[in-house]
Amino acid sequence: MVAGWSGRVDPLKVQLFIPCLVDQAAPATAHATQQILERLGHEVHFDRRQTCCGQALFNSGFRLEARILAERFVQIFSEAEAIVSPSGSCVSMVVHHYSEIGLVGNLRDDCERLKSKVFELSQFLSMNLPFPSGFSSFPHSVVYHPSCHLNRDLGVKTEPLDLLSQIDGIRLVSNDLPVECCGFGGAFSAKYGKLSQRIADRRAEALEATGAEFVTGGDDSCLGHIRQSLRRIGSPMRVIHYSRILAG
Amino acid sequence: MSRISIAVNKALSDSPLGSAVLKSCDLSTNKRNEVIAELDDFEETRKQAREVRQFAIDNLESLIDLFTKNFEAAGGKVHQAADERDACGIVLELLKRRNARKGIKSKSMVAEEIGLGEALEHAGIDAIESDLGEFIVQLAGEPPSHITAPALHRSRQSIGKLLSAKLKFPYTDDPAKLTKEARGHLRKRFLTADFGIAGANFFVAESGHLVMVENEGNGRMGFTTPPLFISITGIEKAVGALPDLSPMLRLLARSSTGQRFTTYTSLIRPTRPGEDGPGEMHVILVDNGRREAIADPDLREMMLCIRCGACLNICPVYKSVGGHAYKSVYPGPMGAIWSNIVGTPTAESAELPDLSTLCGACKDVCPISIDIPRMLLELRGRRPKGAIESSAAATWKWTMSSPERYETAGKIARTAGMLLPNGLPGGWLSGGGSSYREDAPDQGEEPANE
Ligand code: SF4
Repeated sequence: MVAGWSGRVDPLKVQLFIPCLVDQAAPATAHATQQILERLGHEVHFDRRQTCCGQALFNSGFRLEARILAERFVQIFSEAEAIVSPSGSCVSMVVHHYSEIGLVGNLRDDCERLKSKVFELSQFLSMNLPFPSGFSSFPHSVVYHPSCHLNRDLGVKTEPLDLLSQIDGIRLVSNDLPVECCGFGGAFSAKYGKLSQRIADRRAEALEATGAEFVTGGDDSCLGHIRQSLRRIGSPMRVIHYSRILAG
Repeated sequence: MSRISIAVNKALSDSPLGSAVLKSCDLSTNKRNEVIAELDDFEETRKQAREVRQFAIDNLESLIDLFTKNFEAAGGKVHQAADERDACGIVLELLKRRNARKGIKSKSMVAEEIGLGEALEHAGIDAIESDLGEFIVQLAGEPPSHITAPALHRSRQSIGKLLSAKLKFPYTDDPAKLTKEARGHLRKRFLTADFGIAGANFFVAESGHLVMVENEGNGRMGFTTPPLFISITGIEKAVGALPDLSPMLRLLARSSTGQRFTTYTSLIRPTRPGEDGPGEMHVILVDNGRREAIADPDLREMMLCIRCGACLNICPVYKSVGGHAYKSVYPGPMGAIWSNIVGTPTAESAELPDLSTLCGACKDVCPISIDIPRMLLELRGRRPKGAIESSAAATWKWTMSSPERYETAGKIARTAGMLLPNGLPGGWLSGGGSSYREDAPDQGEEPANE
């Protein structure tokens, strides 16, 4: 539950914030996000001017360049009622790092206001619980991988699981799986490719050992990294963003 | 490829190393989790511990003065060393004055930091490591790979081989027997040493105590047997008064090895003539970049560190490659920052903050809740950038500043991804996929229901 909210939210005008990586490589997550929000009665908008929030540059140490993209983001989204994104790490960028990036003047004020309106999808959806009955069904066993920025930076720990437990037929498997990084780390996976794969393989093995049919999570970047590793170790396990399970 | 990348890949292909490191790290983390779970006031203790450290760093100069006054009033001597050379110089001078040639050294990362081992060797002084882990790496001629468990990268078998060959006894990999053999060898040396050198975990301003925690009891040999004892530690290790030690000691062993308390916790003060103990006791407080870090608002937080090593044990990178891959005295998440603070940071140490996935496990596990990822990002920002990465960043910024350029670039990237046999290098964007728009087909790699 997000501070300041209680109970079910009234229908809102929601601006979708679709990170470039989701947009380019996992558009199904974006579609699912839109569908869920619309079925819950929200008015969903997508501003085609949006591109990248600047996280890739910021994490690589290019702060000035990242600031330019942060400024764009603030300009595009500052009027929104609510901004919802199916990515923990990009939301964390906006919420935690935009204030360190050197925005000045009006942009800085706009950014401060905007921060409280940006939600990771599960944060936003958990304000809509309970879902109408028969919202969707997914008759499979699923293990949840908490991606680091969602889990640690945003502190979103139980929301995706609360949402998934509303889905008919789903079996959530945990087997006391320890919380561990998938090894993606953005530019890290390019700079230290082998190491990044080693970490991913360890994670993939742990996930596979749960015996679940599907791995789910809230960041397509991490899920993509895990998927690649599952294939490398020859696992039949499948990977899916939780939004697609919710959308049915 | 940088030296660090080479070392990382070398570590990855060394599977005995990999499994030794992974096993030790996981064991420590699991034990840490168990004993932390026993504390129902863990978060409160953690807050106190941070306050104690924050107070010390915020009032460091007066605490150093107070400690100096109290330690010297008790008969000891406090020296301030500006840098590595200075610190080694003071040690050598003290040894020369007493004509001390044979000594025992224990448990000091600061000694590693200032290169004391080499300085002593160079001066022809024989200083044997008394801590078993450090003794092992000393015999192997390698640096420690962990700040609290120096030989963590070695399996039991490799330690067995090394010790039996060097100390000449029949091979065994039984830890109890190995410890006994090593101890037998070391004890002889303890009795004939003319000096002892050790690190300190804390120094207490108000009481003038040095605090040393350890498990083997060899560390205390250094200040009980020889006539001269030199403690060498960083200026940041101050705490205000004795009660401040309570949260620190409750968390240090728990975080470090998963013990409730270390076997030996020594509070050390200079002895007076006629009392039992070394006749002469010195403390060298080493700056070596610390004051500069304290004055730097973005890195000051690192000075709160108590060197427990928990952030190494939990780190997915450290767990995979061990400490030597970092090519620095201080490895792991804390090391990536420390290495850019102490001594003379190099182009290589500037690269260390990149050796992290920014997963944040270090911050979660740190008993002082030090925000390591924040400082890693800060240092990534400061690092001088190469021409290739700069132009890549400029291109990214240019592309992402215009929706039209972004869409075109996306199409090109996806086409390239489809054409290349293994997708785009380094990333996972290997398949097709379409740009999310109202008109885009619903397409994803894993259909929910097939
Ligand atoms: S940063 Fe924290 S966890 Fe790491 S060694 Fe220092 S005190 Fe321990």
